[in-house]
Amino acid sequence: MIKNRDTRLTLLLLIPVLLVLIAYVLYPSLRTIMESLQKEGSMTFGNYSDFFTQESKTNLEALWNSVYISVLSVLVSALIGIPLAFIFNRYDFPGRGFFASAAIMPIVLPSLVGVMAFMFLYGETGLIPNAIKDLFGLDEVPFKIGGISGILIVHAYTMYVYFYMTVSSAINKIDPSLEEAAYNLGANRFKVFWKVTFPLLTPAIVAASLLVFMISMASFSAPFLLAGGFRVLSLQIYFSKINGDMEVAATQSVILSVVSISFLLFMRWYQNRKDYRMASKGIGAHRSEVNNPVLKWILVFTGIVGVIILLLPHFTILLLSLVPDGTWTWQTYPSVFNFENYRLLFQDPNIFKPLKNSLLLSVIATAGNLVFGVLASYVLVKRKFVGKSFVDILVMIPWALPATVIGMNLIFAFNEPTIFSFGNILVGTFWILPLAYFIRHIPLVVRSTNAVLEQLDDSIEEASRSLGAKWFYTFRKVILPIIMPGVLSGTLLAFVESVGEFPTSVLLYTLSNRPISIEIMNQLRMFNMGQAAAYGMIQITLIALVLFISNKFFGVKAEKSLS
Amino acid sequence: MASINIDNVQKAFGKVIAVDHLNLDIKDGEFFTFLGPSGCGKTTTLRMIAGFYYPTKGVVRFGDKDMTRVPPEKRNTGMVFQNYALFPHMTVFENVAFGLRVRKLGSKELNIKVKDVLQKVRLEQYADRQVSQLSGGQQQRVALARALVIEPEILLLDEPLSNLDAKLRDEMRNEILRLQKDYNITTIYVTHDQAEALSMSDRIAVFNFGVCHQVGTPSEIYNEPANDFVAGFIGEINLLPVKISRIEDENILVQVKNGESASELSVRNAPFNYNQENKGNLALSIRPESIKILEKEPEGKNTFKGMVEEVHFFGSLINVVVRAAGLKLQVNALNSGLSRNLQAGAEIWVELPEEQMRIIPVVTGDAS
Ligand SMILES: Nc1ncnc2c1ncn2[C@@H]1O[C@H](COP(=O)(O)OP(=O)(O)OP(=O)(O)O)[C@@H](O)[C@H]1O
Ligand SMILES: [Mg+2]
Repeated sequence: MIKNRDTRLTLLLLIPVLLVLIAYVLYPSLRTIMESLQKEGSMTFGNYSDFFTQESKTNLEALWNSVYISVLSVLVSALIGIPLAFIFNRYDFPGRGFFASAAIMPIVLPSLVGVMAFMFLYGETGLIPNAIKDLFGLDEVPFKIGGISGILIVHAYTMYVYFYMTVSSAINKIDPSLEEAAYNLGANRFKVFWKVTFPLLTPAIVAASLLVFMISMASFSAPFLLAGGFRVLSLQIYFSKINGDMEVAATQSVILSVVSISFLLFMRWYQNRKDYRMASKGIGAHRSEVNNPVLKWILVFTGIVGVIILLLPHFTILLLSLVPDGTWTWQTYPSVFNFENYRLLFQDPNIFKPLKNSLLLSVIATAGNLVFGVLASYVLVKRKFVGKSFVDILVMIPWALPATVIGMNLIFAFNEPTIFSFGNILVGTFWILPLAYFIRHIPLVVRSTNAVLEQLDDSIEEASRSLGAKWFYTFRKVILPIIMPGVLSGTLLAFVESVGEFPTSVLLYTLSNRPISIEIMNQLRMFNMGQAAAYGMIQITLIALVLFISNKFFGVKAEKSLS
Repeated sequence: MASINIDNVQKAFGKVIAVDHLNLDIKDGEFFTFLGPSGCGKTTTLRMIAGFYYPTKGVVRFGDKDMTRVPPEKRNTGMVFQNYALFPHMTVFENVAFGLRVRKLGSKELNIKVKDVLQKVRLEQYADRQVSQLSGGQQQRVALARALVIEPEILLLDEPLSNLDAKLRDEMRNEILRLQKDYNITTIYVTHDQAEALSMSDRIAVFNFGVCHQVGTPSEIYNEPANDFVAGFIGEINLLPVKISRIEDENILVQVKNGESASELSVRNAPFNYNQENKGNLALSIRPESIKILEKEPEGKNTFKGMVEEVHFFGSLINVVVRAAGLKLQVNALNSGLSRNLQAGAEIWVELPEEQMRIIPVVTGDAS
């Protein structure tokens, strides 16, 4: 018997959390590792030596390409994101506020939909190259994206936001008096920037770089639609699986995970180092007004052009969703616009079904995320127990693992009966997708809940207990209502991300249970751009709605929990 | 209402021993204060009474009931937290009603009780306010009302006034005392402010480094400190390390270390003046207001010629630093008569009355 009630309660809360993590995070990962060590029925490192010594070098090339693309993505994103953060947070000019909020618009574009928009815009038959061709009477399109440049452009578009957001918040945390002190000591602008401002921003820049690196290593949608013959590791896993080379797929998954997880560990180590954050009083944003009229209008003009470029993909999706299928075949530009696609979406049961499926799958997964997230976060933040950092790491693993790997893990773990699936085979059933979405979004919900729970003083819970309330009553009536806004904003975000989830869906879906992202892919294959775009618009609207609701009603900047 | 008995309690956090060998008997209806410097174990003791910590050793009783391992929600104690710990998602009324709802009180009775207590803390007009819209003092009163409305057997207050400004603190002191008398409730009050402790308490326990040094009424603590820590922590005091030369029936003659050889002092041999518990180093203590400053050489014992070194003016009081017989003495005199015209450099006489001095053991180590 455990003598201390509190210890007993902690244990009671911890056991389900630990069970879920072991069953659906740890066990599937271990299964993949086991699988990668199988070759022709025996345990060897054969698959690994094949990976590195294979004659065609496909795998090595894919690994190298992944790293190469990721490094380039970091560089390009940094070159866009950091200057933007400076301009919008340090200078004041007409329209600054609007430009600053428009800068995070790429976030409302689910990755598959975003890539699709880029194809329509800048691809072989894209609107922009063709418009330029017609405008200048050229014989061929002046440029088109595809292969590595395509992937890189899409990455830059979606990932500079991470630099923009982290660096912006770091800039706003710098106490202006630090720079003023440096000027006062006789340093010039250049010196102040390189000796004071920049060192203070380094932690944010490093954190963003690691994040972008991890995300682009894991990127799947962009290579999937744009790579052409170009090989990257996340995509190779998918091809191996399709070809039935399961052991190879497992090996590739392990190698990709090792790269990602080492970056995660590096990032944690880096963030836990002493940073220079200071508690100084009276920090006020200090933006200098731009007085030089030429410079001012150059900034405004660039801002407007930038916003147009940023919003062009959204606008393209909207435009295409209004073009009925079959009316835009040989013409360069679409000519018929109406709401036919939306009408079909809600009236044709076959077209509506994927949307319904996705919503249902996401509701189930997100409900699980909500319950699990609150429980896990409460145990992690408010309870003491040995092995907390182990649980912490288990929770973060799905964030570090590329989605493709999570999909593969689930295949290896649940294509046979296990106790964790109550003796059922889950692969090929309805339940595998909600499970995948659930696992994918564990870190998101736990982290956004941690953020609010950490703000909640322990004495609030103690006050309730000393007034006579038992733990469960306290939890329901005091803790939950206080943390609910933060929890809900994280959960809603997990919901919309589930609705758009592509990489795990493409590995795990069944024909009778196709989610929206798979249907988008199918419609694209059949050149039904309009219908695909209409699905995309639904997703964009959902995400925008969630960000708006979180900001308006919960006072939470939900987009923050994405990074 | 209940008495509290803390029986040889120890609390360790890993290797840190926060409270050790603690024995306290707190009477029914008493206003009892834990006083001591930061980190001395006051909060830890209070939380063991509230049930948030369980003692490593020892027993906590309310009346005759052993409460050592009873969870906080079953103790019927009302606690006021330093940061108030009001529920931010509830109104004033809901905050106060919380404990009654937990006890499943009917809504009619609940309404009456909440209204009643809100009136007692003078917040009846604020019932429907969100707690975030209240001032610090008002939040403090909501916290008090919330703790009192459940009619707890024991009221626990952990530095409830430390977040308020000086004027509000004064007001709230009176408010707390008034409510405590109204409800006639056993109260434990934690503070590191000695003026607060002296003016409010029936009895005080003085803590340092997890050990309780003395329990007594404010005047006992002030006038008869058990050792040099208590003497030094409460009010101002002159502490002189001494050696006993000899004991006569009536008097104890002591030699001040570092003083001039002639400066032997005579202390009246009475329990009030001599704490014989400890045989280690000894110190002689005398309050600054007990030392007399005289113009001419007086009759009697313990008189020395000295010189005024500094004069500090405090309004009703004048603090004078005197050097006499090789000793530096703090003297407080009323702002009247001779002391009014004292200047640095003046030659004067001082008298240390033998019944106003006290010989106490040295426990802190720095008065040797
Ligand atoms: N939960 C804990 N874990 C470890 N050590 C603790 C814990 N709580 C208190 N301590 C230690 O026990 C000692 C006593 O702490 P306590 O909080 O009781 O002091 P206090 O008298 O209330 O001080 P203060 O006036 O600063 O509030 C301190 O050394 C403190 O560091
Ligand atoms: Mg304390």
